[in-house]
Amino acid sequence: MSAVRVMLVKDLRVELRTLQSLPAMALFAVTTFVIFRFGLDRTSLEGSLAAGVLLVTVLFAALLAINRLFVAERDEGGFDAIRLAPVDPSALFVAKVLALLAYLAILEVIALPVFAAFFLDDATGLLPLAGIMLLLDLGLAATGAVISTIGANSRARDLLTPLVLLPLLIPLMIAAAGATEPLLAAGGPSYADVGQWVLTMALYDLLFVLVGYATYEFLLED
Amino acid sequence: MTSLKMPSLRVMAFATVAVLGAAFAMVFFYAPNDADQGFIQKIFYVHVPIAICALIGFVVAAFHSIRHLRTGDPIHDVRSYVSIHMGVIFGTAALLTGSIWARAAWGKWWVWEEPTLVSFLIVYLLYATYYPLRYSIEDRERQARYASVFAITAGAFVPLNFMAVRLAESLVHPRVFATADGGLPPEMLLTFFVSLAGMALLFVTLMRFELSAKMTSAQVSRLRRALDSEAPAASASRIAPAVPAEQRI
Repeated sequence: MSAVRVMLVKDLRVELRTLQSLPAMALFAVTTFVIFRFGLDRTSLEGSLAAGVLLVTVLFAALLAINRLFVAERDEGGFDAIRLAPVDPSALFVAKVLALLAYLAILEVIALPVFAAFFLDDATGLLPLAGIMLLLDLGLAATGAVISTIGANSRARDLLTPLVLLPLLIPLMIAAAGATEPLLAAGGPSYADVGQWVLTMALYDLLFVLVGYATYEFLLED
Repeated sequence: MTSLKMPSLRVMAFATVAVLGAAFAMVFFYAPNDADQGFIQKIFYVHVPIAICALIGFVVAAFHSIRHLRTGDPIHDVRSYVSIHMGVIFGTAALLTGSIWARAAWGKWWVWEEPTLVSFLIVYLLYATYYPLRYSIEDRERQARYASVFAITAGAFVPLNFMAVRLAESLVHPRVFATADGGLPPEMLLTFFVSLAGMALLFVTLMRFELSAKMTSAQVSRLRRALDSEAPAASASRIAPAVPAEQRI
């Protein structure tokens, strides 16, 4: 447990000092919103279109962080250090999932209000939406940590991670879009069918946290 | 798939030809034409068994991968690789035949409202990334381990994906396909199961064929190395997993 804490604190401290991922993610998200404003030629969005714009933006901003997640480990020999240290390799998985969760939560604290200011006439759906986003983040973080480890140790590096990750995330994005759409509906949020999508997302998160935790030690073996 | 009890490749090949031949004969001469769709519905006897075999191949690959990670024996990695390889080939065939059927039955090559079609496409896209994944990792052992982790993750993904896509569509659209349990007349059901058995045999035979081809080429390159250690090793493929020495299928 303390190994998890040490690695998590290390990651957050590195991010605080270098600011490599978070500013890029936030800037990317805001710029993407602006592109959507002109690409769609709409100044206000609701329902499925709003859900799509928000989720696609968050997904690709998350990819930025996921791609960079193991850069330090790869370049500075962090993987070897973990192998040498007398700790459970799965601790690295847990620490990276938590670090990604923190990045994504901070990203959404910035991106959601900007999204609401740019596109939403009625922002009452934002509060329940935060819960949906948390479930989305956990799924993104769990699959992202596993696939990013594979990508970091491959020759293709930044190419492989999005290639494998995107199809893997489709069910999660389907469920997130299904849950977000009624919350951003025109004329105030409705909660029809949100429950089944929340359950689907929770199932996805649980499954891939378990699979990642169980298989992670094999990714670190050498 | 333990080695000694399996019939030889030759026997399996003949059995496959016989059962598939019987299946096609039944499709054309025994099963009645569908009242609704007529002759085109007969593609059902090819399309559905191919798709089922592809999906089962993916799940089988996940089981081999679990065994590979547990035992560290590379033979399980080879089996997992061959299962996914055949699954992707059968998946391509399933997508093509499904598209032809959709065109004939609904007038469109692709129908987003049909959940099975969409789920299958997503699964297919995921497994298509298996090759770049293997290709981009040079160290053989690491490649095998990473491929196994991928196969297990993707194996868990298959049922979840079908659930999510079904959920997304079934609220609006009723199921339009007549599946095997959809109240088919007994002649159609029997024909379907014979076709399924034939396709499953074809799948297993092709798998065993590829496995023994890999074993043989590995042995050839071993012998060549032993004969002339100076010559560059003739490696058949950079993606294909390394085949362990002295091991039978």
